[in-house]
Amino acid sequence: MMLGRVVGDVVATIKHRELERRKLLLVQPLGGDGAPVGRPVIAVDSVDAGVGDHVLVVDEGNGAAQVLERPRGPVRTVVVGVVDAVTRG
Amino acid sequence: MHFARVVGTVVCTVKVPSWRGHRLLVMQPTDPQGADHGRTLVAVDLVSAAPGQRVFYVRGREAANALPDADNPADAAIVGIVDDVRILPPEGGGR
Repeated sequence: MMLGRVVGDVVATIKHRELERRKLLLVQPLGGDGAPVGRPVIAVDSVDAGVGDHVLVVDEGNGAAQVLERPRGPVRTVVVGVVDAVTRG
Repeated sequence: MHFARVVGTVVCTVKVPSWRGHRLLVMQPTDPQGADHGRTLVAVDLVSAAPGQRVFYVRGREAANALPDADNPADAAIVGIVDDVRILPPEGGGR
């Protein structure tokens, strides 16, 4: 999994049916030191995360299917937790 | 999933049978603001996107899974057309 921060959301009326009624969040991945790493990814929300929240994201199809309680489909990136704190060291 | 801009169409009369009836589009991956990111890719189109439109796509096995018959070799699939991207100003607070 990876740590990230929700920096926005994506509105899309025309999309794959497995994405219908799912909130699409824009998540900026964060490195170990909490600094942004790479470009933001679009993730399906499963924990009602909001913009600004620190989150935990799964980026693998099997895990995504389990969380969404759907057969393996086109989704692999899913927000699976809202992070309260990360202690390092 | 990531953003891209549709920049062209690929016509293949000869292609793997599992893609018959599916359009292949050339897309330029972008960042959320729309700036180009990396090289263009060819993706199977699941949402009837048109050149110039902003879309988002999935890579890997999930791209093949986007098609009705998941038994196909796609490694990139366009799964949505972007209406709007709302980005928080950098210093936004959170829970």
